[in-house]
Amino acid sequence: MSTYNFSHLQQLEAESIFIIREVAASFDKPVMLYSIGKDSSVMLRLAQKAFHPAPIPFPLMHVDTTFKFKEMIDFRGRMEKEIGFELLVWINQDGVKRGMNPFEFGSEEHTRVMKTDGLKQALDHYGFDAAYGGARRDEEKSRAKERIYSFRDRFHQWDPKNQRPELWNLYNNRVHKGESIRVFPLSNWTELDIWLYIMQEEIPIVPLYFADEREVVERDGNLIMVDDDRLPLEPGEKPQRKRVRFRTLGCYPLTGAIESDADTVPKIVQEMLLAKTSERQGRVIDADKSASMEEKKREGYF
Amino acid sequence: MITGSATGLPTNEAEVIAYLKRHGEKDMLRFLTAGSVDDGKSTLIGRLLYDSKMIYEDQLAAVIEDSTVHGTTDTDFDPALLTDGLKAEREQGITIDVAYRYFSTDKRNFIIADTPGHEQYTRNMATGASTCDLAVILIDARHGILEQTRRHSFIASLLGIRHLAVCVNKMDLVDYSQEVFERICLDYEGFAAKLEDVDMHFIPISALRGDNVVDQSENMPWFQGGSLLYYLERVPVSTDRNLIDMRFPVQYVLRPDLNYRGYCGTVASGILRKGNDVTILPSERTSRVASITTFSGEVEEAFPPMAVTVTLEDEVDVSRGDMIVHPNNQPHVAQDFEAVVVWMNDEPLKLNGSYLVKSTTNLVPATVTDLKYRFDINSLHRVDAETLHANEIGRVSLSTHRQICFDAYSRNRSTGCLIIVDRNTNATVGAGMILDREAAATSHVDAAAEPKSTHIRREVSGVSADDRVALLKQKPATLWLTGLSGSGKSTIARDLEQALHERGQACFILDGDNIRHGLNRDLGFSAADRTENIRRVSEVAALLNDAGLIVITSFISPYREDRAKAREIIGPDRFVEIHVDTPIEVCETRDPKGLYKKARAGEIAQFTGIDAPYDPPETPELTLKTAETPVDQSTTQIIAYLEEKSILAD
Repeated sequence: MSTYNFSHLQQLEAESIFIIREVAASFDKPVMLYSIGKDSSVMLRLAQKAFHPAPIPFPLMHVDTTFKFKEMIDFRGRMEKEIGFELLVWINQDGVKRGMNPFEFGSEEHTRVMKTDGLKQALDHYGFDAAYGGARRDEEKSRAKERIYSFRDRFHQWDPKNQRPELWNLYNNRVHKGESIRVFPLSNWTELDIWLYIMQEEIPIVPLYFADEREVVERDGNLIMVDDDRLPLEPGEKPQRKRVRFRTLGCYPLTGAIESDADTVPKIVQEMLLAKTSERQGRVIDADKSASMEEKKREGYF
Repeated sequence: MITGSATGLPTNEAEVIAYLKRHGEKDMLRFLTAGSVDDGKSTLIGRLLYDSKMIYEDQLAAVIEDSTVHGTTDTDFDPALLTDGLKAEREQGITIDVAYRYFSTDKRNFIIADTPGHEQYTRNMATGASTCDLAVILIDARHGILEQTRRHSFIASLLGIRHLAVCVNKMDLVDYSQEVFERICLDYEGFAAKLEDVDMHFIPISALRGDNVVDQSENMPWFQGGSLLYYLERVPVSTDRNLIDMRFPVQYVLRPDLNYRGYCGTVASGILRKGNDVTILPSERTSRVASITTFSGEVEEAFPPMAVTVTLEDEVDVSRGDMIVHPNNQPHVAQDFEAVVVWMNDEPLKLNGSYLVKSTTNLVPATVTDLKYRFDINSLHRVDAETLHANEIGRVSLSTHRQICFDAYSRNRSTGCLIIVDRNTNATVGAGMILDREAAATSHVDAAAEPKSTHIRREVSGVSADDRVALLKQKPATLWLTGLSGSGKSTIARDLEQALHERGQACFILDGDNIRHGLNRDLGFSAADRTENIRRVSEVAALLNDAGLIVITSFISPYREDRAKAREIIGPDRFVEIHVDTPIEVCETRDPKGLYKKARAGEIAQFTGIDAPYDPPETPELTLKTAETPVDQSTTQIIAYLEEKSILAD
């Protein structure tokens, strides 16, 4: 009997597949939020696995802030073609009309309008009652208490005092009209697990994760990539070519690169093991007080 | 995940790959920490994370900064601040929810469910415990066992946690006294004797100072039991899984085209193999497993907790909520059952109110029809109650609108758990552990000895037993044939029945398979079900004997104490135990139903003689050696015995 061992990673995979299937089976209109990042790539692979040999039975949706790295958008198109899922792209047109950008409006306003509000608009527009997200509990302190099924009211708000108890694998899928659930199938994965899985399963990820010569400027201690000509250069700033990579991917003006030679997954992991800063420090948006994520979440940020 | 100063890190790509593989192949332990508000839970978790060097330096930096505002210690940092997440809680200085933490060592990966100690949060503890294999129970060395300690231990045991690491914390504040530690251990053992079947391990620690948390303490040389982490890394938990009773709840039906119909699900327990005969419940249709598919290809077998897709050889109607099982090892299929329920909502339990119950992949309307009692979770006593309020625990009867498939929680955590959902608010209001009905009934009073309802009185018939003897010209008796499968019980029973009938005697066979098709269709082959099977058969035999008939029973009835119980129910003067004593080799060669073959192939679990025991009778009234004597001689032998005992007239 002892031969029926199941490793830690196999357990995580099985648990995620269970969750993905459970949502697909018990909600009217689920959607998978696809951020094009490495966690999304793992979640996408798990969705393929969950329904193999059938195709993924729900659409993937990308909320495009119009400031994503070009390579991310290319990668998105490539995955759509290779895997053959239904892709929805949502851009907050109100934001576009207002000429929203992170430079004049600030990172917080830009993120709120293009990402948080954009997501809410899209969910309302399509009437999705469940949305899968790739967040992990180990990412940030307040995420540690997040449920796998995170209940949101009609205004997409998360109330930390009004979350449903979650026992065993018996998830409560009941929502009233207009209410929804955010689902986090990767809740129990750690960053190391994600990388290991990408390596083991040979999951394609955006090349920006790997070190390469890229044009960057140094700003407030962050290396910002000059991804297109929309990035206004401050006086004295001069783009320089450096060998850099990204630990997380978001809007290019808001995502700091790190200098690195890691151009393979094992090298990234090696670098990570030696890292003195955690993953989210590369995001300008989280650099304020430690409870900032929690406040965003209350407003409906993922 | 280790900070830069640590040694032993991989330095080249090949080493990293090997490191990653080792990380992925390690197993996983999920444990929860429970303690009262000031027992130092958060400190302990912080210490585990800190000392096992799992903390990123920037998080650590943030913590050192925070300590000046929130900190409660004068040391370098307060490990508790590593684990408290929500702002409001931090400002109140308490944890109010379940938080999950991740760390790993060379031996294992860990998920900690950090659950609160505050009195009103029983529900959070139950939530955390539901997915854990082990509980760390924290006791403040200065205060010893408190009500809350008892409550936490009880909830852990109720939720099926089989391993308790009992940590006597703050040993630094009692001068690392061995006497204090030993007294607390003794107290704890005394109270824990009431808990079901738990494995306990005691450790004296100081979470704040780091004694015996990760490293063996130098302050307590008298304790050689190893640190908490040492124990957590080594306690075996994979054997807690149920690999015997195959249960595959169908989660999702795949129909990409008309030619393919796949049933997605996660193996809840037992082992599912390609080629297995299966029964689909509750419809009881049967088929055979054609394939077990995963993304990486087909597999020969699947075990818990594998997520797979199954195809069947026949076109049978299977949908979400159905359960695929082995034909001879079935769960209960019923609408009425009992459960111990933890109430989780401020709105109290409404008896006969309208709820939904979710169990495996079923969501069905249900009502709570009865509240038997509530537990006083401090004294563990049962008290009468009108309802259950938030954080109260009680035993209830539930009635679902449709049949569901389940096992007792004590036997199968995956198929014995349920949640209760309020139909109006959609809130999850309760969590239940389904009881083994027989075990539950016998825990107070012997089900065989005393009827459940006290309103039942025996009616006295006007026709006496002697009248019936005179009419039928026979004394009633139960000829209890016991022996292995294939020993010849049914053959002898049929031959004997024929012979008795020809003599003009009134007799009747109770056959194992027939009874299991009707009266006992709800029973499987677990020890408890076998016992209940025999109890019911005994009761039926007793009634038929009361009617004056001679009853021939043909049941393996492997347990000596069950047969003793049967003798008691039927009455020693009517009970004739006949051992059909056929060696297993002979039975296996005969194998009339092909069962031995299946058992040897692992398709049938708990098969008597293969992987379930048979207690041969010590002093049977008769022994028949069927390997040496033909059937008709056995019949002759029995009839001679009946004449000798004047059951039949000469």
